[in-house]
Amino acid sequence: MSEILRTEGVCRYFGGLKAVEDVSMQVNSGDIFGIIGPNGAGKTTFFNVCSGIYKPTKGKVIFCGQDISDLSQESISRAGVGRTFQTTQLFQFMSVLENVKIGCHMGTKTKLVDAIFHTKTYKEDEAFAEEKAVETLRKAGLEQYANTLAGNLPYGIQRRVEIARSLASDPKILMLDEPAAGMNRLETDALRDFVEELNSQGQTILLIEHDMKFVMNCCNRIMVLNFGKKICEGSPDYVSNNKEVQTAYFGSGTFGKEAAKYAEN
Amino acid sequence: MNRLKEYVKKNQKMILILILAFAVVFPLLGFEKSTIRIFCRILMYMTLAGSLNITNGYSGQTSLGHAGFFCVGAYTAAIITTRFEVSFWPIMILAGIFAAVVGLIISVPTIRLKGIYLSIITLGASEVIRILALNWQSLTGGSFGIKGIPRPVFFGFEFDSPLKFYYLFLGIALIFLFVSHRVINSRVGRSWMSIRENELAAKSLGVECSAAKMMNFAFGAFWAGIIGAVYAVYVQYIDSAVFTLDEGFNIMSMVIIGGQGTLVGPLVGSVVVNGLTEVLRPIGVWRFVMYAALIIVMMWFRPQGLMGASNSILAGGKVKMKATGKAKRKETTP
Repeated sequence: MSEILRTEGVCRYFGGLKAVEDVSMQVNSGDIFGIIGPNGAGKTTFFNVCSGIYKPTKGKVIFCGQDISDLSQESISRAGVGRTFQTTQLFQFMSVLENVKIGCHMGTKTKLVDAIFHTKTYKEDEAFAEEKAVETLRKAGLEQYANTLAGNLPYGIQRRVEIARSLASDPKILMLDEPAAGMNRLETDALRDFVEELNSQGQTILLIEHDMKFVMNCCNRIMVLNFGKKICEGSPDYVSNNKEVQTAYFGSGTFGKEAAKYAEN
Repeated sequence: MNRLKEYVKKNQKMILILILAFAVVFPLLGFEKSTIRIFCRILMYMTLAGSLNITNGYSGQTSLGHAGFFCVGAYTAAIITTRFEVSFWPIMILAGIFAAVVGLIISVPTIRLKGIYLSIITLGASEVIRILALNWQSLTGGSFGIKGIPRPVFFGFEFDSPLKFYYLFLGIALIFLFVSHRVINSRVGRSWMSIRENELAAKSLGVECSAAKMMNFAFGAFWAGIIGAVYAVYVQYIDSAVFTLDEGFNIMSMVIIGGQGTLVGPLVGSVVVNGLTEVLRPIGVWRFVMYAALIIVMMWFRPQGLMGASNSILAGGKVKMKATGKAKRKETTP
């Protein structure tokens, strides 16, 4: 159980708005780590800080023992952080296979000269990318869509393509930003199976999700954010019975308590 | 249409050889010199538009300053060949490299700038290069330009007629297409296209966007420099008036009309635009209005150009509309 990603007192302010305030956490290898919280709690901002889209205002992000707080987004990706986005960011006009092939970018190293003269590196890389892409598609169960334009696929499949594309780069940690958003029950279940299968193959996963059933059944550790602050961390059972979490979700009035009681049953 | 496409795909090699044979034999059919000159122009612009297409079409960084790189290449060749007794061929490569270096320098802002802001920078850079050529009297001859540029000689074979230059331009266009085809269908080309399609996603997959964009600019500029050098020895006289922004827009109109993001697009664009120039010669300056109208019509009805790439964001919602029966605009970055 070695540590993969650790944050130490990470803060991210937008002017006077404290989007993320003093969040420390640790993801170990083999975890499915969930981040939950009400809307606007700073989950995605925290994610973006971890993957380098934003720089932390204060604090450190440590990935596999290396401080990545000041690295560019590309460098962080190259270090082994793969991620997907809340709104799918596919190469919509390219086929699924091409999408995944671009995911192999990091695993290959063809230069301009190699490409012009078709050197050995080029041939090896092309073979590698092709093989890797096909294999990843098979793993994600997307073979039948290989030659479809990514933008033409149903939403649930698009999200899966995004995950597959990220997987092709062999990330040490896979960060999924609301993978089940906008999916129906069937799609969500399929996604859960997929995530769990990935995890059983040793993939460490960090995910943000609003679908409680998904999170509670899938994750082994959960962190709860509210108004940018971490209010709770622990196993699904611990988190769901935590009073502060219930207050954050249901409110503290009479009605909120009723709702919390209802949720418990 | 689809059957035609399939047929083309199946017999790709044969069709290519046929076109090539046609291009080789065609000018021998006894045209006048002035007609051959038009063919030379078309071939020249094929490479020029093709190289602009590398930046505009493949990595999606709209550059408006291609005339600048063209200018750098032409002046490099002109200055060196008129002052020193050297063979033209290494100078041609040198002109390309020099243009590529200028391209690299101009591409530095691409690290920070996007879209229209980047275009303005390239536009400015193109003008700066032209004004430099106009005012640096001692080096470029100022407004008098450089005349008497010697003809290139290839192992005792002197390029002294338009017909011979036709084959030179053809050769360069072929080499350009061959090299570009290989680059585009490799990891390098894929990284360029990923930047065009979605930079955020490309970064998340570890594509070094800045480096890729800079290389892309340099690659496009290199070919513009080469063709500039050949242009200089072809017309034997250059002055800065050739390399105005109009020239840049002229090249860009070929790319847009032909289709960005495909290798065939600029070739078709060059044929169409240069062909139109000849056909519309009787109406004089009004033909520029025709170009403008043509570009607007193209953007309206076929944003991806005549031969445009269907696997590209450049096509906007149009491709999708056909494929699924409803238009879905691309979401912007979160």
